[in-house]
Amino acid sequence: MAYFPSTMPGPTPNFDDREFWQACERRQLLFQTCADCGKPRHPPGPVCPSCRSLRTKWTEPEGLAEVYTYTVVHHASHEAVKERLPYVVGVVTFPDLPGVRLVTNITDIEPSLVRVGMQVRLWWDEIGGGMFIPRFSPITP
Amino acid sequence: MSDGRAAYIAGIGQTEYKRHGGIMDRSQFQVAAEAVLAALADAGMTPADVDGFASFSNDANEAALMQVALGVPQLRWMSMVWGGGGGGSCAAIAQAAAAIQAGYAQTVVVYRGLCQGQSRRFGRFGEGRTHGNFVHPYGLFAPAQMLALQIRRHMHLHPQIREEHLGMIAVNARANANRNPNAIMYGKPMTMEDYFNARFIAEPLRLFDCCLESDGGCAIVVTTESRARDAPTTPVRILAAGHGSGPGWGSGPLGSQNMPDADYDSTNSRRIARELYASAGVTPQDIDTAQIYDHFSGMVLMALEEYGFCDVGGSGDFVAGGNIAWKTGKLPINTSGGQLSEAYVHGMNVAIEGVRQMRGQSTSQVDDARLCLVTGGLGVSPTSGLIIGRD
Repeated sequence: MAYFPSTMPGPTPNFDDREFWQACERRQLLFQTCADCGKPRHPPGPVCPSCRSLRTKWTEPEGLAEVYTYTVVHHASHEAVKERLPYVVGVVTFPDLPGVRLVTNITDIEPSLVRVGMQVRLWWDEIGGGMFIPRFSPITP
Repeated sequence: MSDGRAAYIAGIGQTEYKRHGGIMDRSQFQVAAEAVLAALADAGMTPADVDGFASFSNDANEAALMQVALGVPQLRWMSMVWGGGGGGSCAAIAQAAAAIQAGYAQTVVVYRGLCQGQSRRFGRFGEGRTHGNFVHPYGLFAPAQMLALQIRRHMHLHPQIREEHLGMIAVNARANANRNPNAIMYGKPMTMEDYFNARFIAEPLRLFDCCLESDGGCAIVVTTESRARDAPTTPVRILAAGHGSGPGWGSGPLGSQNMPDADYDSTNSRRIARELYASAGVTPQDIDTAQIYDHFSGMVLMALEEYGFCDVGGSGDFVAGGNIAWKTGKLPINTSGGQLSEAYVHGMNVAIEGVRQMRGQSTSQVDDARLCLVTGGLGVSPTSGLIIGRD
């Protein structure tokens, strides 16, 4: 069963981010990287903000992610999350992809125990329609 | 801005303020038009004196239609600041000032009218959010949740800032609102105990850390020095006005959280603050009162730091020391109750209170106030700010 009910808004891929979501369908977390200067970036965009190259490649982060910041959400701003309250939205970073931050959920943990700096591991949540969403859980249960 | 072409504020106007969905007896457009007419009446002017309109936040009450409705004979300036929410409030005022200083127009009315029962609530999930693909599937829907992430990070890096300091911002705003009969929270006092007893919205933000969601209209008349001196009101000079953003903030808090690490836990105001003070030729110590965009209490703490009223990380001690309290503190803030307790008209009501302070007309008047800082929405792109003063 998916982490949120099927009424949860899912991604609607567009020109700039469709390769990110195509990778998610294959359960691969890939971040856009400049094919010329090598700088990773997120969210995906048409131009490298560092060297202005239009050439891109896609890079998979290695190792564990780290919680950069988080909030425990107690108020439902959409009907779909009501049964899941309270849930944790985290922002995670990857040691080998400086500058990249990913909004995600920190799952499988009592919300009051989440901490900035905590190491977390990727898992794939199947939301239907062939799409998988990257969420993270602590390395130690 | 001291070359003899300074822009002045000659009029302010507002409608009643109601809880979101509270104005359903007339259109949002009429509410905006009423605010414009009230501001012109305050300035001793009529629509025939107006040759410009400016707004922000994709205000649906288009300038071209406002011209038709009010019978404005000739417009020379119509501008809209990009970006939703209140980041552009002072930016719209800055554009009006720029138009006047450059001679494009003589009198520009800046307005914002919103009736959320007729359009949408800003504090909920909204279709079409930029980078929505990277936040909605995780349940990150509303600004309170998004900006809670910056506030959490700031409190992590500066653990001397505690939850009670967030509460002090909220309690201070409520105390001020209880002297302002036009405030939505007038007659509803709040203690620190009440604050802590309220539910969490998105930690560390509780209910009263989050601004109201309101219906109402606000307008400000920006004009030349000579016209301002002819007006029946005390002329209020715009000493400095600016807007803008650091890199990456377009995919910042209200996007995928990818602004630079160096100012992630900030309000995106460091450059603007420095340039406003330099442009006005004043320092933070010269400011008598500040009207700081209080969508969320924690952003006000960060703004106190970035606008130089205390050191980075020092905002908790600053508010605990009584500095923001009317009327004993050295920097009374949000003296109308702000958006936490007066009304949420995307910062325009906060700017209007700044003008009242400079005129000596606030319900929490700071003695001999001569300089006021006003900020636009914080932690977004663009953000904006003003320094206004009494001659």
